[in-house]
Amino acid sequence: MQEHVQLNSKEVNDILLKDVLGMPKWWLPAVLFFLVVFLAGGAAFGYMLNKGVGVTGLNRPVMWGFFMVNFVFWIGISHAGIMISAILRLTQAEWRRPLTRAAEVLTVFSLTSALMAAPLVHVGRPWRAALWVFPYDFERGVWPNVRSAFVWDPSAVMTYLTASTLFVIIALLPDLAIIRDRTTGTAHKVYSLLCLGWRGTPRQWKLQAVAGILLSALVLPVFVSVHSIVSWDFAVQVGVEGWHSTIFAPYFIIGAIHSGVSAVATVMVLMVWLYKWQKILTPDHLDAIGRLLIIVATIWFFAFFLEWVFALYTLEDPELALRELQVFKHPWMALFIVFLITAYFFPVPMWMFKKVRRNMFWMFVTTISVNIGMWLERFLIIVLGLARRQAFTFDWGTYHPSMIEILMVIATFAWVMFGMLVFAKVFPLIPLFDIKEGMVGGPHKIKIGRKEIPASIHE
Amino acid sequence: MAELKQTQQRQWGMVIDLDKCTGCQACVVACQSENNIPINEEAHYNQRRAIQWIRVERYWEGEFPDIKARFMPVLCQHCDNAPCEPVCPVYATYHNTEGLNVQVYNRCVGTRFCANNCPYHARFFNFWEPAWPNSLKNQLNPDVTVRSRGIMEKCTFCVQRIARVKRKAKNEGETVNDGDRALSPACVNACPTETLFFGDFKDPNSTVAKMKDKETHGGRGYHLLEEIGTDTNVVYLKKVDKHAEAKEEVHA
Repeated sequence: MQEHVQLNSKEVNDILLKDVLGMPKWWLPAVLFFLVVFLAGGAAFGYMLNKGVGVTGLNRPVMWGFFMVNFVFWIGISHAGIMISAILRLTQAEWRRPLTRAAEVLTVFSLTSALMAAPLVHVGRPWRAALWVFPYDFERGVWPNVRSAFVWDPSAVMTYLTASTLFVIIALLPDLAIIRDRTTGTAHKVYSLLCLGWRGTPRQWKLQAVAGILLSALVLPVFVSVHSIVSWDFAVQVGVEGWHSTIFAPYFIIGAIHSGVSAVATVMVLMVWLYKWQKILTPDHLDAIGRLLIIVATIWFFAFFLEWVFALYTLEDPELALRELQVFKHPWMALFIVFLITAYFFPVPMWMFKKVRRNMFWMFVTTISVNIGMWLERFLIIVLGLARRQAFTFDWGTYHPSMIEILMVIATFAWVMFGMLVFAKVFPLIPLFDIKEGMVGGPHKIKIGRKEIPASIHE
Repeated sequence: MAELKQTQQRQWGMVIDLDKCTGCQACVVACQSENNIPINEEAHYNQRRAIQWIRVERYWEGEFPDIKARFMPVLCQHCDNAPCEPVCPVYATYHNTEGLNVQVYNRCVGTRFCANNCPYHARFFNFWEPAWPNSLKNQLNPDVTVRSRGIMEKCTFCVQRIARVKRKAKNEGETVNDGDRALSPACVNACPTETLFFGDFKDPNSTVAKMKDKETHGGRGYHLLEEIGTDTNVVYLKKVDKHAEAKEEVHA
């Protein structure tokens, strides 16, 4: 099965820059469509700003709903970047090369989506959110409360956003220089400015490589901290029994990787379908991601199982009430079954088959399914954790999201699609230099036992 | 929190004698009018967004015909170890030096983190801008802020009354008298059966301190959800049930 086509440097440039220098026919309608959807969400937000949080479906026990679910979901997706470009870079997995930039860009846009979802639209008085997210309110002499998980949150997310943006920019420099050399007029001037005087001297290459490795190493703590902190938004609460669990941090992190890496696979298939990059993004890459996903998904499922064990071990009434709500009560039961099937029991057995792992269509279907399941998982944890039967009140809530909330959630998806498409028009979505570096490095496959696996090389 | 408790001058608190409560809801109405709480209409209850700083929970016990209604007024417990306080990112809720858990409306951004973390469900969010019918607008209490939409609110132990009494005492050179009716929250003054008692737990001669001392050591006194360690400042006295006691004696 020889699917690997050897390309030379010029061919790589031509393939990857075709749609940056030109414009595919579908691009403008697609971008406009996503922009309109995003603006519709913006209008919904404006309406909410005008009328108040009352226009959502939130109520007294269920104080956090779709916005918080969406926030956790997008933070989860954002773990794609760090997994692909930092972890796989440091472990020298060769197959990551064409995926690094797409993953990092996905990270940047999903983080901005998350920032829009939580501190901005979710609070009662969004115009004051800046005092807390950028806590420099010297005038009043009131500093933010560092004991609050909501102060840890923006710090972690902002750190992650800064690091991933730097990552994208540093990796872009050599590619920008190539575009600079191929454009004329205003575009030439803009790209000249953007590439910061890249000439490709040995010193510049060395600095660029060192910066990349340093950033991957420095960003590693963020890999653990971001989603731990997001999970502590829930886990530090003694008032909500279903959330008050020590397993939450690792459980959320591995769940984030599960959905993030799946999202990268989805994006990869989309890149092949839209930009016809099958010579660069081969079934080998999908195969490798599929193998990685089997392991990640299974660790995630184990953490999910442990969360249930910890919860049920004490046999306390509030916990039992929550689990009963999740598994046996009418509307949630259906969601719970859909969640289990889409997040684990459909995709993972599928990935066991090599034919599925190497098939664009089936990888697209299974990875989309994972993210449907992971969205539902956050919904079942957050909303039902609050809606459970509880002491000292008969307000055992239920929750019906309003159109406003649904519109704003859809808008965040449109925003990420819009951002990715615009980025792919202005910059190459696959790092040219990284592909070429991979080509000169050595063998593409090595034999381990009876298996041929994509090779690792030293940088 | 423990150090603060030792150095602070006062420790406002409440004793609720459930044996006397008839579930008449006078406390609820008094609170509503004292603290400028918008009128709770049917729609608010259906949306589960009604605001009641004090509410009377009703429990049914036993089977017909031997059925009993039990009432329990629940309000903010002003925990010394309040779960709502550390989670607020902007210090909109904090503990003051008199043992009160206070809410600073101007700081609140409305994350609703505190509401999730309150085990007593004593915190309320303003989903809409509050509105009163024209005929009730002159009824608003000038000493209490009208809260705008998008912020949290909860029972303050009628902090405006405490402040008024302290101000008056200071101006007239007197000390604050613990038994002063003007000091008590609206709910305590409105209660026809003297179910609610308010006072300073720090003052050993106050009514509430004496009741707490007597009842929590082997008496009827207990705190709500004592096991999660919130260290509340509201003491509940459990109902005296003659029938149950008689039955127990027969069994014994």
